[in-house]
Amino acid sequence: MAKVFIFPATSLVLSDMVERWGHEALGAATGIRERIQTASLDSPPLQMTPEDPKKGLKYAAVEVPCGVRGRMSLYGPMIEEADAAIIINDADLSFGCMGCARTNELVMFMVRQRKGMPVLDIKYPQTDDEGVAFVTQIKEFLTGLEGESDE
Amino acid sequence: MSTKEYIPTYVGTITKYVFIDSPDVTPQTLAIRAYEISDGLMIKETCFGLQVTGDPEKVKKLITELRTVDPAHIFVKDRGFPPGDPRRCRANLGGARPGYYGHEFENGLLRFISHGLEELEKNTPPVKRLGKKKLDEGKVPLNRLVEIIKNEEA
Repeated sequence: MAKVFIFPATSLVLSDMVERWGHEALGAATGIRERIQTASLDSPPLQMTPEDPKKGLKYAAVEVPCGVRGRMSLYGPMIEEADAAIIINDADLSFGCMGCARTNELVMFMVRQRKGMPVLDIKYPQTDDEGVAFVTQIKEFLTGLEGESDE
Repeated sequence: MSTKEYIPTYVGTITKYVFIDSPDVTPQTLAIRAYEISDGLMIKETCFGLQVTGDPEKVKKLITELRTVDPAHIFVKDRGFPPGDPRRCRANLGGARPGYYGHEFENGLLRFISHGLEELEKNTPPVKRLGKKKLDEGKVPLNRLVEIIKNEEA
């Protein structure tokens, strides 16, 4: 079983596909749950603590808005931990404020910077035929990962 | 920032969304099936399906069972917050739950994904399953045995 980082990190389709074929999806929920279930000082609404932007300094410089650093403290360790990644390139839903937009760019950059990590680039399907291609590509990619981990 | 101590709830559990987008199965039917096999899990019925919270192993087992109801039309996703969490619950915030728009967008595409899954299922050669070994496998058939005995007697 491989750990697969998914982008958009909140994608329903990708988390389902990854789990459906026996792997572990690393998305926003995984990191958020860890924070939600850890006792600390209350910091609504996301349970991000003041420590998070500091941890994010590992991934983004201090001049970068703290929102980016806070988000990177969530996604950065997951990208480091991942064995593979699946990226949906035309995901408008992940676009938000400047913090979200810059974080998305940084996340994709980091994923592509990790040498040797298999990455599947894909687009959302808009027709039935594209749906078949979408599912087939993901299945083939994930089955390949299984082969690698078995060796 | 408030400096109130935060005491987490549902520690050690996981929460999963189960989305159903099927012409045959409604969220209500799925919820009834989930209640039948819930095994102490917390199940919340929603307009799109369910939320299941509880021990990771039990949740995994329940999801595997629920998927068999309509494999190509049931989609599962992790959720960081437990159900009813005041930071995310609409009862406290008003308006749509944060994250709703992402789900709404992807829900519009689920029919293509379901079609893809069905096609993939059709094209995949069936996995050869080994059946149980029969008790009389490799033995002399009964009528042949009777014949031998009769010949011996004669």
